[in-house]
Amino acid sequence: MASNKEVFVDPLFNDNPIALQVLGICSALAVTTKLETSLVMSAAVIAVMTLSNLFVSLLRNKIPPSIRIIVQLTIIASLVIVTDQVLKAFLFETSKQLSVFVGLIITNCIVMGRAEAFAMQNPPLPSVIDGIGNGIGYAIVLIFVGFFRELLGSGKLFGIEILPLITEGGWYTPNGLLVLAPGAFFLIGFFIWGLRTWKPEQVEETN
Amino acid sequence: MEHLLSLAVKAAFVENMALAYFLGMCSFLAVSKKVDTAIGLGAAVIFVLTVTTPLNNLLYTYILKEGALSWMGEDFAQVDLSFLTFLTLIGTIAASVQIVEMTLDKYAPALYSALGVFLPLIAVNCAILGASLFMVERDYNLVESTVFGVGSGIGWAMAIIALAAIREKMRYSNVPDGLRGLGITFIVTGLMAIGFMAFAGIQL
Repeated sequence: MASNKEVFVDPLFNDNPIALQVLGICSALAVTTKLETSLVMSAAVIAVMTLSNLFVSLLRNKIPPSIRIIVQLTIIASLVIVTDQVLKAFLFETSKQLSVFVGLIITNCIVMGRAEAFAMQNPPLPSVIDGIGNGIGYAIVLIFVGFFRELLGSGKLFGIEILPLITEGGWYTPNGLLVLAPGAFFLIGFFIWGLRTWKPEQVEETN
Repeated sequence: MEHLLSLAVKAAFVENMALAYFLGMCSFLAVSKKVDTAIGLGAAVIFVLTVTTPLNNLLYTYILKEGALSWMGEDFAQVDLSFLTFLTLIGTIAASVQIVEMTLDKYAPALYSALGVFLPLIAVNCAILGASLFMVERDYNLVESTVFGVGSGIGWAMAIIALAAIREKMRYSNVPDGLRGLGITFIVTGLMAIGFMAFAGIQL
C-alpha cells in the first residue's frame, strides 16, 4: 500500500498520466493553443477527477462489477454537466473557446482510467489524493504545451504581448505551425523525450 | 447533394477527427502497433459512428433541444432539457455499442471475434462522443449528421491504418532512446497532421 504522499507525487513525473499512462491525450492537444484555456481545462479536469474518484470510491462496495462502467460513466457525466454549467455561468468566453472539449472530459480516459484502476480498490481519502495528483500531472503537460504554443505561436501569454510581432513593428516572426495541430503533436513528443532523458527507467524497449 | 458530398469530404479529410481535432487519440496511439488490429478498430469505429450520430441527432431534435417537446402539446413547448445533453449522448453511445456487440455476436460471429476487445472500448472513444457533440454544436439535420458520422468515421479509420503501417516499418529504424515508443509516435502523428493540412480549404 503506497503512502498518501507517494500517491500524490508519483503521477506528477514518475507515472505521468499523459506521458507514461497514455491517458487523456485528446483534450491535452486540442485546448492548448492558449495558456488561458489550458489553465481552465486543467482546473476543470482536476475538479472532475477528484470528485469522481471520491464518489466512485465511496460507492465501490455497492457497485455490481458487471455494470460498473455505466455507473462510472453516469457519475462522471453528471460531474461534467455541473462543471460545464459553472463554466458557462462564470467564464462564458473561455467556455465558448473550449467548445465541445468540456463535454469530452466524460470520455477523457484519464478520469475513467483512474476511477477504474484506483478508486474502485481504495478508500475515499487516497482516492481523492490520487485524483488531485493525476490532475496536476495532467495540468503540468497542458501548461507546458499551452505556454510554448501561445508564446512561440502568437508571441503572447494570457493575451498580453511578450514578443513584439514583426507585423506590429517588433522583431518576432510568429511560428504559425505551433498554433496548428501538428505543433501540438511535436511539443508533446519533445516533452516525452525530455522527461525520459531525465528519467531513463521510462524508456520503452521497442519502437 | 453536392452539399452533402462536400460535407463528407470535409469530415474525412479537411477536419479529420484524429489529426485535426485530436479526437480518439488514446486508442489511436495505443492500438496502432499492427495494421490488422488497426483495420479492425477502424471498421468498428466507422460502424458505431454511422449508428450513433443520427440516433443522437433524433434524440436531440425531438427531446432535448429547447422547445423540442412541443410535439407533446402546448404545455411542453417551454421545456428545455439541453442541460441533459452529455448524459443522454453518452448513454445512447454506451447502449448502441452494447447492442452492436450483441447483434454481431449472434449474426456475424467471424466479424465479432475479429473486433474482439475493441468493440466495448469504443464506448469511451472520444471520437464517437466528439462527433455527436459537433453535430449538436453545428446544428446538423438528420441526413447531414448521418453523412458527417460516416465521413468522420472513414477519416479516423484511414488515419489509424496509415499510422499503424508507418509504425510497422519503423521497427527497423534506430530511434533515440528517450523517443522510443510513445515519443516517436507523437512526432510521426505530427508529420501526418502536416500532410493532412494540405487538404485544408478544399471545396467541392
